[in-house]
Amino acid sequence: MAITREEVLHVARLARLSLPEAEAERLREQLSAILDYVKQLDRLDTRDVVPTSHAIETGTPFRDDVVRPFGDREALLANAPDRLNDCFRVPRIIED
Amino acid sequence: MAFETVIGLEVHAQLSTRSKIFCACSTAFGAPPNANACPVCTGMPGVLPVLNRKAVECTIRTALATSCTVQRRSVFARKNYFYPDLPKAYQISQYELPVALGGHVDIEVDGGTKRIGITRIHMEEDAGKLVHEGEFAGAQASLADLNRCSVPLMEIVSEPDMRTPEEGGAYLRRLHDILVYLGVCDGNMEEGSFRCDANVSVRPVGQVAFGTKAELKNMNSFRNVEKALEYEIRRQVELIEDGGKVVQETRLWDANAGVTVSMRRKEEAHDYRYFPDPDLLPLIVDESWVEELRGTIPEMPAEKIARLARQYGIPRYDAGILASTRALADFFEASAAIYGGNPKTTANECVHWKDAVLAGTLSPETIAHAVEDRERGTISATASKTLVELVLSTGKPFRTLRDEQGLTQVSDTSSLDILVDKVLAASPKEVEGYRAGKAGLLSFFVGQVMKESRGKANPKMVQEVLKKRLG
Amino acid sequence: MANVPVHEWTLLEAARMVREKKISSRELTGAILARIEALDPKVHAYITVLPEIAAAQAAACDEEQAKGTLRGPFHGVPVGLKDIFCTRGVRTTCGSRILHDFIPPYDACVTEKVLAAGAVVPGKHNMDEFAMGSSTETSFFGATRNPWDLSRIPGGSSGGTAAAVAAAMCFAGVGTDTGGSIRQPASLCGVVGVKPTYGRVSRYGMIAFASSLDQGGPIARTVADAAALLGVIAGYDRRDSTCVDIPVPDYLAAAERPVKGLRVGLPKEYYEGEGLSPEVRAAVEKALKALTDQGAVVVEVSLPHTSFALSTYYLIAPAEASSNLARYDGVRYGHRAEGASGLIEMMSRTRAEGFGDEVKRRIMIGTYALSAGYYDAFYGKAQKVRTLIRGDFTKAFEAADVLLTPTAPTPAFRLGEKTGDPLTMYLSDIYTIPCNLAGIPGISVPCGFSSEGLPIGAQLLSKSFREETLFTAAGAIERALPVRRVAPLEG
Ligand SMILES: [Mg+2]
Ligand SMILES: [Zn+2]
Repeated sequence: MAITREEVLHVARLARLSLPEAEAERLREQLSAILDYVKQLDRLDTRDVVPTSHAIETGTPFRDDVVRPFGDREALLANAPDRLNDCFRVPRIIED
Repeated sequence: MAFETVIGLEVHAQLSTRSKIFCACSTAFGAPPNANACPVCTGMPGVLPVLNRKAVECTIRTALATSCTVQRRSVFARKNYFYPDLPKAYQISQYELPVALGGHVDIEVDGGTKRIGITRIHMEEDAGKLVHEGEFAGAQASLADLNRCSVPLMEIVSEPDMRTPEEGGAYLRRLHDILVYLGVCDGNMEEGSFRCDANVSVRPVGQVAFGTKAELKNMNSFRNVEKALEYEIRRQVELIEDGGKVVQETRLWDANAGVTVSMRRKEEAHDYRYFPDPDLLPLIVDESWVEELRGTIPEMPAEKIARLARQYGIPRYDAGILASTRALADFFEASAAIYGGNPKTTANECVHWKDAVLAGTLSPETIAHAVEDRERGTISATASKTLVELVLSTGKPFRTLRDEQGLTQVSDTSSLDILVDKVLAASPKEVEGYRAGKAGLLSFFVGQVMKESRGKANPKMVQEVLKKRLG
Repeated sequence: MANVPVHEWTLLEAARMVREKKISSRELTGAILARIEALDPKVHAYITVLPEIAAAQAAACDEEQAKGTLRGPFHGVPVGLKDIFCTRGVRTTCGSRILHDFIPPYDACVTEKVLAAGAVVPGKHNMDEFAMGSSTETSFFGATRNPWDLSRIPGGSSGGTAAAVAAAMCFAGVGTDTGGSIRQPASLCGVVGVKPTYGRVSRYGMIAFASSLDQGGPIARTVADAAALLGVIAGYDRRDSTCVDIPVPDYLAAAERPVKGLRVGLPKEYYEGEGLSPEVRAAVEKALKALTDQGAVVVEVSLPHTSFALSTYYLIAPAEASSNLARYDGVRYGHRAEGASGLIEMMSRTRAEGFGDEVKRRIMIGTYALSAGYYDAFYGKAQKVRTLIRGDFTKAFEAADVLLTPTAPTPAFRLGEKTGDPLTMYLSDIYTIPCNLAGIPGISVPCGFSSEGLPIGAQLLSKSFREETLFTAAGAIERALPVRRVAPLEG
């Protein structure tokens, strides 16, 4: 199952991975090979099979509605590549 | 060509929990940037979400109050997209299997009732806030404050059942009432606790298929929703009449300009790649929990209006105003319980002092005493108003103030006689005129006596004494 | 006590020596740090060594012991952590450039538990980037070498932990296993590795790769050491919604139990493939003989969907990873690309620079498998096949108490041998992957050596939350097949 160059570029955009030209072609080949391989699953009839998304069958546990402040804002911000006024600073959002 | 409008509304309501939906940070509004944040809601590596039980309860109670079917098993899903206000780069939401399906609310339009379907209700987390440095258009950078991240939201999606902006507005107000009644949302639209997006399309009357819809965002009041819908309907109809075509897009309401504007987006189509969140197991809601929560559902606005009108014999219109806010209706009932009298007077007082009632600065005793003293003729309407204002400014009890201020109404005829004599002696011309047949002058004398008494005289009795004296 | 042979001691022996004051934690920790200094330049099992912190922890342990208190069963004993477990105030990289300078303000649950047991953490172990790999060659910090043959890989992704344990650069370590990442390197490095039942060990603070498959577990030189360490890190944690609240049994006692009457299933599909090396097959047969000699009985079982497990895994794991790794966007922590003109460019370049090829490949596959129009054909399909694979195990465990299989098809391969071809590399996890898909526990226990002197491991699998059975069977194999535990590296 061949994945097209356009699909590779589209997926890279979705995944926010900038992709040099040369890399796109190599990835296209590798992804095609992997997708070819996994296509073997089509041999199985799974019409009546319920999907498994968790290995555990109980319901999700709850927490009580109690506030426990983390209390160390500086530690949250300390890793930021860029910050200002106790906020995370990012380049402008509007793309031209 | 005649057109019909089709409107569906999506409401995002912030649930009234103390802590966030998946972590223990506070949901309080207005904290300094990133003060209400922790490793979980800022999406640090390796941390995990744990579901707030109260958020689930708020949502189930809303589902019950809107006649939805609560799902025994629902699933949290990840909605994946990149944005600096979304720390994990996915929003935990519910997608294929939401917690509630298939309900409705009834709205009143044109003197009748119309049923608006609710497609689904699901839970999700809010995103953070971005502030643009400098002017928006020329901003070189943006600042992310993640305090709002993971604040619990409930998304309520209506069926496309509304046909006019008024119906849209009526549905929103009714839904707002229900949520505030339930205490699951504070309903504050300015702080974003209750937000609405609208899907709107038009089609030629008689056409079954829906027209192409536009999604409207950024309307932060009921009135703005109605105005935006009105504008957008006109825009779409004019576009079609001019031979154009409506394109599916998101449009922002610009309240200042009174127009909707297309949100120009990059070409990249949305592809949220939803899948079940592996970090949260399915939400299982058993029947006994649902029943327990059903027991906590208070009387809903429509039922309350009917009951108030029936029980107190007040007009439906008045009952509607009282029931528009649960706190106001409760206040009215508390006042009426202290002093029965004529509930219509109590209702009028409650509506008159609504702001103070809702601000919590007035007690039901104050209104009950004010109504009782007036009905018994102890004080005048004017004095009553003055006294309530004094209660608000001094905080002293109504009757203490009444006695201190000497505002008790003059009702004994002997003291009225003195006042009447004084007025009649000062206006011989008018006395002559009245006796000559100008009956309308009676109100002049009443007014003069009231003025002399500084509002303390009982107007009914003044009239009687005057009539007697003027023979 | 420079001539004390600390490398010959097991975790439990070292703990006893400290407890009985035959050696101080300072001396024990010093000896381990000295071994790291001497050997790690060759092996590169550590991304970060923590000499000062470890020395301070050891000193504190000695002081407390002098006052009569012991923190826990591993008081004063060096136990390492894969660099996937967050350590408060200590850089945690997950083997990636994108987290090369990340300092978590919190400890993982596993970190807390290891410290609460009294252990001293000498450093953070090397790993495949974001645990994606089978050879520890995808680490941004350079490959780890197999202590038994430095030209070979140690397996992966917990290759640093397995190599550090095999080279006695710590007494034990905690790794993570998403598709074999504990068992396969344990097998290739001649040590014991346990992938517990999904939900047995908290994932809180353990950097996510594929959340529905990831599980932390011990790597140690003996079955008893692994059992003791699992006893410490297992248990309920309300911060992880998928962590199960059931009591932690006495695994150590289970390792001593007899295997008489134990039903050992041999899933025929695991022995049929062409990829299985004859030497590995022979070694696993010796393990089987060890069990039957002690009274275990053999049953034939079938896991008919085995050949679909790899495909299933290589859709589910990348799909979850594509979402889990989306948070590395250069906004709040980690690497950020310089000089980008706008937000999208900043994020895209940050991620392109910060992630290695294997991680990018899996993000791409996972994004594709979840994207509009492909979900049902790929991710949805894989989730359904996952149900079939789980069903295979449920059925097999009606007939058998444990399943015995090879852990990896071959002994350790050479560095660079498989880096060019992702699919061939993926095949080295063929026996370990189904266990993660089913959520059941597995263990790899050494059972022999190849003619080239490379370790070989046997894998045992059991029903969920029956780790005790695994320790019982592995203990029996270990007693019958005593093998050299510490790699013969010159000090
Ligand atoms: Mg939403
Ligand atoms: Zn938080």
